[in-house]
Amino acid sequence: MTERVPLHLFTKEMKETHTLLFPNMLPLHFQLVQNVLKGSGYKVELLHNEGAHLIEEGLRYVHNDTCYPALITIGQMIDALKSGGYDLEHVALIMTQTGGGCRASNYIYLLRKALKDAGMEQVPVISVSLGKMENHPGFKLTFPMLRRLLAALAYGDALMLLSNQTRPYEKEKGQTDQLVDDWVQTISELFQNNTGFSLNQVRQNYSKIVCDFSRIPLKKTPKVKVGIVGEIFVKYSPLANNHLQDFLEQEACEVMVPGIMQFMLYAIDMPMEDVRLYGGSKFAKQASMLIYTYLSKFEAALIDAVKTKSDFTAPASYSALKEKARQLIGIGCKMGEGWLLTAEMVELVESGYENIVCTQPFGCLPNHIAGKGMISSIRNAYPKANIVAIDYDPGATKVNQENRIKLMLAIGKENIFGNL
Amino acid sequence: MLRIGMDIGSTTLKSVVLDEEGTILYQQYERHYAQITDKVIEMLKHIRSMFSKNTIHFCISGSAGMGLANELHIPFAQEVYATRAAIKALLPETDVVIELGGEDAKILFLSGMMDVCMNGSCAGGTGAFIDQMATLLGISQKEMNALASDHKKIYSIASRCGVFAKSDIQPLLNQGACKEDISASIFQAVVNQTIAGLAHGRKIDGNIVYLGGPLTFFSELRAAFDKTLHKQGICPPYSLYYVAYGAALLSKQESFSFDVLLKMLGDYRASDQYASCPPLFKSQKEYQDFTSRHPKESQIIKKRSNEPVRLSVGIDAGSTTLKAVAIDENKEIVFSDYMSNAGNPVPLVKAFLEDLYAHFPNGKVIGSATTGYGEEIIQHAFHADHGIVETIAHYTAAKQYDPNVDFIIDIGGQDIKCFQIRNQAIDSIYLNEACSSGCGSFLQTFAQALGYSIEEFSQKGLFAPRPVDLGSRCTVFMNSSVKQAQKDGATIENIAAGLSISVVKNALYKVIRIKDKQELGTHIITQGGTFLNDSVLRAFEQELGHPVIRPARSGLMGAYGAALYALENRCEKSVLMNARELERFKHQVQAITCQGCTNHCRLTINTFENGERYIAGNQCEKPLGTSKTKAPISIYTFKKELLSKYVSFEGEKERIGLMLGLNMYELLPFWYTLFKELGFGIEISPPSSKAIYHKGQGTIPSDTVCYPAKLMHGHLMALKEKGIKTIFHPCLSYNVDEHRSNDHYNCPIVAYYPEVLKTTLDEDVRFLYPYFGLHRPKDFEKHFYEFLMNTWSYPFSKKEVAEAVNKAYREYARHMESIRDQGDRYYRYACEHGLPVLILCGRPYHLDEEINHGIDKFIASQGIVLLSEDSVAHMSQKADTDILNQWTYHARMYSAADFACHATYPNIEVVQLVSFGCGLDAITSDEMRAILETHGKLYTQLKIDEVSNLGAIKIRLRSLFATKRRKMYD
Repeated sequence: MTERVPLHLFTKEMKETHTLLFPNMLPLHFQLVQNVLKGSGYKVELLHNEGAHLIEEGLRYVHNDTCYPALITIGQMIDALKSGGYDLEHVALIMTQTGGGCRASNYIYLLRKALKDAGMEQVPVISVSLGKMENHPGFKLTFPMLRRLLAALAYGDALMLLSNQTRPYEKEKGQTDQLVDDWVQTISELFQNNTGFSLNQVRQNYSKIVCDFSRIPLKKTPKVKVGIVGEIFVKYSPLANNHLQDFLEQEACEVMVPGIMQFMLYAIDMPMEDVRLYGGSKFAKQASMLIYTYLSKFEAALIDAVKTKSDFTAPASYSALKEKARQLIGIGCKMGEGWLLTAEMVELVESGYENIVCTQPFGCLPNHIAGKGMISSIRNAYPKANIVAIDYDPGATKVNQENRIKLMLAIGKENIFGNL
Repeated sequence: MLRIGMDIGSTTLKSVVLDEEGTILYQQYERHYAQITDKVIEMLKHIRSMFSKNTIHFCISGSAGMGLANELHIPFAQEVYATRAAIKALLPETDVVIELGGEDAKILFLSGMMDVCMNGSCAGGTGAFIDQMATLLGISQKEMNALASDHKKIYSIASRCGVFAKSDIQPLLNQGACKEDISASIFQAVVNQTIAGLAHGRKIDGNIVYLGGPLTFFSELRAAFDKTLHKQGICPPYSLYYVAYGAALLSKQESFSFDVLLKMLGDYRASDQYASCPPLFKSQKEYQDFTSRHPKESQIIKKRSNEPVRLSVGIDAGSTTLKAVAIDENKEIVFSDYMSNAGNPVPLVKAFLEDLYAHFPNGKVIGSATTGYGEEIIQHAFHADHGIVETIAHYTAAKQYDPNVDFIIDIGGQDIKCFQIRNQAIDSIYLNEACSSGCGSFLQTFAQALGYSIEEFSQKGLFAPRPVDLGSRCTVFMNSSVKQAQKDGATIENIAAGLSISVVKNALYKVIRIKDKQELGTHIITQGGTFLNDSVLRAFEQELGHPVIRPARSGLMGAYGAALYALENRCEKSVLMNARELERFKHQVQAITCQGCTNHCRLTINTFENGERYIAGNQCEKPLGTSKTKAPISIYTFKKELLSKYVSFEGEKERIGLMLGLNMYELLPFWYTLFKELGFGIEISPPSSKAIYHKGQGTIPSDTVCYPAKLMHGHLMALKEKGIKTIFHPCLSYNVDEHRSNDHYNCPIVAYYPEVLKTTLDEDVRFLYPYFGLHRPKDFEKHFYEFLMNTWSYPFSKKEVAEAVNKAYREYARHMESIRDQGDRYYRYACEHGLPVLILCGRPYHLDEEINHGIDKFIASQGIVLLSEDSVAHMSQKADTDILNQWTYHARMYSAADFACHATYPNIEVVQLVSFGCGLDAITSDEMRAILETHGKLYTQLKIDEVSNLGAIKIRLRSLFATKRRKMYD
């Protein structure tokens, strides 16, 4: 007989005794996030274990048809716990969680189930999301912590955006990554000293960051410019997308990955959109509006800094993306990445990144619609759009994926360098 | 300077040599059997010997060539890109290229907006698929083409995956369909797969060119494409060499000297970097210990006796092999045979019986039973006393070897059957409905592809030092994993061992999905042909970490079990055909289309010597002409009748098309009433069918979406063909709130699929897909009014809209209530009459016969009271779940399961229907299992797709019933 899954809370005492492990979705951003959590008195560790055996663990404890992000992160966590490197009585897991009608809203439950089946049910699991949170006495997102976390993600977006535009062209190899490391260090120190996270300070630092990056000597050779979009985890996590960005950069491409800020605005805006579409409490709307406005200012600050201080390509604002999406898909399409995915593809094409890899877990339901389902419409509107949809799942092999991407690149090259 | 292009495909190697002007001087085509580097060297040497040049341009292309090119810094051209270069040079007028290869399928759109579609995660519909099917039919590929040219009818065969196709073809073979028709149907399946899977909604038109092996070699495949596309495509000269030719064209940049190139290749040792498993056997001694633990006895026993021995006969007509035994009263096997069934088991059984009677001239048959795929036809043909479900046959046999058996695992040609035994009864059954990767034919196909017999191949792996770790995955993907392993330098030995290990891992982790090895228990019996393979058996023991039992005649277990069953249930005299009757035995097969209803099942009619007929392929009892004494009690039938009352009509205002699919199966009463009340006419799309599906299959952008969604494209086309100018299907993020869940979402597909449908339409149809929230009636009324005013210029008043909305809600409530009431009535009736109840849980659209393949009718025809999730959910509260209960339709299933667990009436089972590709059911099925098993109930899941075969599903259901009966006795 099957036993049901118990819920173990992260207690106040655990803050002192337990190490929190979390999967590395966005390597750059999460480095900063890790430092914020450390600064708030938590013991944390980003997971870096990789390899085929993670998938095996995932397959063993998660339904095999579950989406790949769940399978691989749960596999990674279980593998880490089984590695012997942690005291199971003094370790807890954090998983970021999106809500909504997509099955991704169930990751946390799948993880608990997997832990139970693996005989490690005592390990508490904390879900972090922008929506409703479980009440863990020992893990509270306090206001100061929240401000730092948001700032961390905002800085992460800036560093990711700029470094992607200099790395492929730098005259001296390694300069870009060095600058990124320096800034991660600087920002973490600022946070430690209780500064650097207010909107004004972020704005000032954005200027400095942009100037620093624009001083990197570049050799501007024409390169195939590729955008990566897709399901949020597979899009960002090198573990899940078989190091897609590295592969593309080896193939002499410039890569653009849309930032996380727009996704957060989307997540906050969609419940408000529900009220507009279907009716409902205006009060909830007002609360969301406050956060929305706050985040929008960070977004505007980055766009402003990039546009006024450099020739780099700036991201489009969330509201601009929403307008772009409207021509192709309903704004009410909000499960998973929803219309934002379509909008990001359009934005990339319009800003010169006509070649796109659209990543998704095999069988990802929202992406049947907003991803694969919209490609033909995008092509009709933008004949130059050169999009390849790549499925990621335990069975997909790198060879097959790379082969398909190479075809997309061959066409991309032809579009720059002409026929044959 | 010579230009050499080389196309290294998944199975073949092709090269083309061009002169400066681009004239083809030489071309060569060969299978490479995975010895890629050697073959490339051989081919280059040959070219050098023909042309006395030393400096050349060289370029590699092809899916298996990328690794080699990367390592050696030889220019590489992506193969589709190379094809395009070739087409531009040779046939610039081409609009569309269709190229099929060993494992790849591509469509290249050249005119207008250039577009390339390649098969991604799925290799269905490629050369490998045709290969596999020819093997299954036991004919050469050439024969297949010749046979296909004589076909009379086409069966519907799924080609998305070899697995599904096999499960379509096998029953056809067993039911006696002729190879001509099957061959042609396989080609048609490839065509459908290519068009549906690759065209991504784009129309294939203009000048069409066919390239690649299958399209070059099979004239009938080309004919099938021509017929389906209504076009005359051409297969040009050099159609095998376009990729190589393109690569040669693209080879301009770099020049090589032959010597340097050959030296580079000669020095090239593949990286040898691949994940590996421990060896199966470290020493000869280990192997000897192993074989002495697992003695193998011949599966073929031919004793002889003139005594009047009393015999019981068991016949197991499996998917690829036929097993037959005769036992005496001491349960001793005295006569047996094990043979490949070559697609038609009937003559083999006849031969077996003749042989048996010759060896036992005075023997007396006191019982006979058939089992396996061909159970029914063999039982009918030879008048066997019993037909029993496979699971019961195997359990009966296993008990004979070990009365305490905990777990039986049977891996056959294309199916895996596992059952857990608890309290002397079959407790859980695992069948591979969606995946064949853990099966014997998988190994066989691989062995053949690499140029070995299965025996040689498995022998090779025994002492491999570093078996490749291929993980557990689908056969189709396994091809590319093996390709990768070869690229990484794995030897045939290590690949062979790795494949055996992967078979075991697939069975354990994909089919049974064990989490803990202890779960299986300690008394484990392995059987079925695949375990005769020592590598597989060894891998299984290694994976479990303890020894298992392989009965000496493990291949015969099904047949032996059937014979034991017949012995236990013997009658005075068996009615099995005797020697004299066999002499007159005749068997004829005829294929027709049933006209009994709109399903138009393809029937095969087997006629035997006395005019007796056996009909197969039917989804219902109608063509059998068996008159029913009692009407089946089925809520599915009731629901269909309810919906059939909503008929199309002309209204005073514009006619609106409604597609009967997805959530319209539940909301039809709502929208129908709403538009009717406002004076609109309504046209409801016709019932789903394969024909409807084919109408829209070319416009499906994502080939991995669920079948219910795919069908919508057909419904859209059907309405369009009827001349409907306005079609309505709203986007609904939220479903109605039945307060049975934390939230009340629709699944993403139901919620937003209209967004996809919209992209497939051109200007002449107005497709309306507003976002509405039915869960807030007052707001809906307001928004719907706005929608009407923005869409039409009719002068609606707010009041009349309010009234119409009100009526629509009432109609919907009434509709749902009548389903619930009927559920109550049927349930009471079952309790009062002591009838078994089965709750078939799914979504509203699982009512569609094209989606459920008549499972509901089959269950109801068994004398079972059939209920559905929406007809019983109200009898229970919100279910207690471990996962987030947030979808309205799914919440009903949890409640239904909860109801079954808590009902005082014990005779209730729950079966869940799961559409292939349904992402949410990966979550719900585990939860359904947890709810049911927590309360000691069996969990049964039926995976359904476009495959229209009930075979595997019937096994599962029959086992469930048999197990249940047993449980009831206890």
